[in-house]
Amino acid sequence: MRPAKITAEHNPLRDPLDLRLPRIAGPSGLVIFGVTGDLSRKKLMPAVYDLANRGLLPPGFALTGFARRDWADQDFAQVVHDAVKEHARTPFREATWRQLAEGIRFVQGSFDDEAAFETLRETVEKLDAERGTGGNHAFYLSVPPAAFPLVVGQLAKSGLARSEADAWRRVVIEKPFGHDLASARELDAVVSEVFPPESVFRIDHYLGKETVQNLLAVRFANQLFEPLWNANYVDHVQITMAEDIGIGGRAGYYDGIGAARDVIQNHLLQLLALVAMEEPRTFDAPELRAEKIKVLSSVRLPRDLAKHTARGQYAASWQGGERVVGFLEEEGFNPESTTETFAAVRLDIDNRRWAGVPFYLRTGKRLGRRVTEVAVVFKKAPHLPFESSLTSELGNNALVIRVQPDEGVTLRFGAKVPGTAMQVRDVTMDFGYGHSFTESSPEAYERLILDVLLGDPPLFPTREEVELSWEILDPITAFWAKQGQPEPYASGTWGPPSADAMMARDGRTWRRP
Amino acid sequence: MIIDMPDTTTNAVNKRLVRLRDEGGAVALGRVLTLVVLCDERDVETAVEAANDASREHPCRVIVVAPAGADAEARLDAQIRVGGDAGASEVIVLRASGPLLVRTDTLVMPLLLPDAPIVVWWPREAPDAPSKDPVGAMATRRITDSKVAQDPVKMLRTLGGTYAPGDTDLAWARDTLWRALLAAAVEQPPYEPVTAVRVEGEAGHTSLDLLAAWLTARLRCPAKVVRVPGAEAITKVVLERKSGPIVLDRPDGRIVTISQPGKPDRRIALPIRSLSEALVEELRRLDPDEIYEEVLVKGLPQVESVA
Repeated sequence: MRPAKITAEHNPLRDPLDLRLPRIAGPSGLVIFGVTGDLSRKKLMPAVYDLANRGLLPPGFALTGFARRDWADQDFAQVVHDAVKEHARTPFREATWRQLAEGIRFVQGSFDDEAAFETLRETVEKLDAERGTGGNHAFYLSVPPAAFPLVVGQLAKSGLARSEADAWRRVVIEKPFGHDLASARELDAVVSEVFPPESVFRIDHYLGKETVQNLLAVRFANQLFEPLWNANYVDHVQITMAEDIGIGGRAGYYDGIGAARDVIQNHLLQLLALVAMEEPRTFDAPELRAEKIKVLSSVRLPRDLAKHTARGQYAASWQGGERVVGFLEEEGFNPESTTETFAAVRLDIDNRRWAGVPFYLRTGKRLGRRVTEVAVVFKKAPHLPFESSLTSELGNNALVIRVQPDEGVTLRFGAKVPGTAMQVRDVTMDFGYGHSFTESSPEAYERLILDVLLGDPPLFPTREEVELSWEILDPITAFWAKQGQPEPYASGTWGPPSADAMMARDGRTWRRP
Repeated sequence: MIIDMPDTTTNAVNKRLVRLRDEGGAVALGRVLTLVVLCDERDVETAVEAANDASREHPCRVIVVAPAGADAEARLDAQIRVGGDAGASEVIVLRASGPLLVRTDTLVMPLLLPDAPIVVWWPREAPDAPSKDPVGAMATRRITDSKVAQDPVKMLRTLGGTYAPGDTDLAWARDTLWRALLAAAVEQPPYEPVTAVRVEGEAGHTSLDLLAAWLTARLRCPAKVVRVPGAEAITKVVLERKSGPIVLDRPDGRIVTISQPGKPDRRIALPIRSLSEALVEELRRLDPDEIYEEVLVKGLPQVESVA
């Protein structure tokens, strides 16, 4: 018996039929810049722990924090410990924690401090020797976009960005990827000068959500929906991401950015691409990307932007039993700001499948409640063999994919009201993720961090997608910049009157999510 | 809520379930499978507990059938548990006696969820051929647990002789994290064939046999199981290679240390899997496990066992 051959490409212990076997990342470490931030504490550190708890991190995994604080390794470990205890999804296990804690390091320094990056390089090399991270390291830039060039430059200068032949270095960046096409290109030039495209992971955490991936399952795994998924049956599509909170502590970041750049450019246009794209040949990254790019480049803006877009700013009001201040009165905020906190746009897609089917995208802060959903609203039945008075309560059929919270799918259709008359009314059929599957589906960041360590890119938007999104959005923000003050709306409502007027012009109304 | 229904029929139990749902929505929708547990009275509570835990990931209807004396006259006592007493599932415990035990399939039939897969689980002893059992024959998935049987190794060999697609054993699910670590361990340079394998651990723990069988079948090299008195579960796996062995050592049942020549030792937490964790994994996939078949039927006879 000759023993089975093992090569880099072929591992006899793996088999596509072996569906139980989870993919554990190879030896590697994660370096987080900006560990003192909210995202890092609430999402990244807990996600790392949850991965460890699920047995998906490699043995000897190392987590290094980089920040200005004067911390020792233990102090940082304590911060991670507290963050994990408070925010992790899976139960706290002492053994898992102790294992993870052994690999926690901290490097103190600011981004312009060359010596600090030198220390970081030494730390990373020491980890390779002590923990066996094998020279594989991912750098997570949880820092303001203005600091990207500085950090990336330092990574290059200190030699941290370079890897040995069979090791890798990867960089992870968070939105916003610029604030318009030009700045996105600039940013990209900075990053791609140092890292090759396949080593750059742009995180849009929405794409890591189970429900967003479920969108693809609903569309392409079923016979039921896809035949209806076109202009013959669909009247229009509404994609909503509403937040009930204000800008809170993000005042400095938010001024001049606004809802459209903050949310529509990335999350909503990505959702639109997934809803509208054709079936990819496979779910491999290049195939999926090709379809998304195709549909994003078919997007057409309305000719008259004044009629088909809307924007607003939340005003002081009572919201859900609580007194809240208006956007312009937010602490530390520019009271003259013309930045919008609500944005709605109509987009059309010029292809055979979607000709004549508008996609309405809206997002805002201090809206009625926190919800993200995609509603595919179908046309009315061409003929109703009922007396018109009996179908007055029948609306359009709709398929609603709830991304968060209460993830699931709702189908809305007409049913007979019990009684002697043939009266028809809308009812809903509901699939709740939480009813049919696990109570605790993995957090988006768990999936994304694991994918970075595995080098698996399907869920990360590429440079081209980012640039296409800016090409769509830039004319709209440029138009708005000339329009003066956005229209105020009372906090806790669903946006300014102009948003409703924009729909009314098309003979439609917004769904109340 | 626990409802006792002494001396009843399963049709009556089903009617009661429907009424419960009408009245209070006590029974949530979206059950994905029916889990039939065939066990002795002494295992009822542990099985229900594990199933309740598992139901948080796989909402299901759990039907436990426990014999209450084969010689007695025909009688069925039922108990329905919903809400807080049943996790995210609904549990029906049937205590049947006499001739009712001959046809367990028609006994549980009225209670099976429409159009949902059936999984049957024997928490301790199982029939020699699970797929020939009346309930086993209806099921898409048949779960045995050789580890806790009277003679674990013998039971596993018997199951190997009667394997039918859909059979599976919890000892195999307990191997999964070890397998993931091993697969990742050989994936690093230097890429060298493994020439021999040794798995050490608890006497009578069938996860050892299955792990060794998997390695021998996949790596095409001899595999040996060494049973260490007093050990708990799997304690050590050694993969021999030309440049030196890869050793995965877990003496305390909690932390694995991976060592190989020329590389620093790497450690990772790998606690022994609980019953409900193994069951959760088992319920995650409902199609036949072809790798398990290969391991059980082809790999297992090649494993050398040292007491």
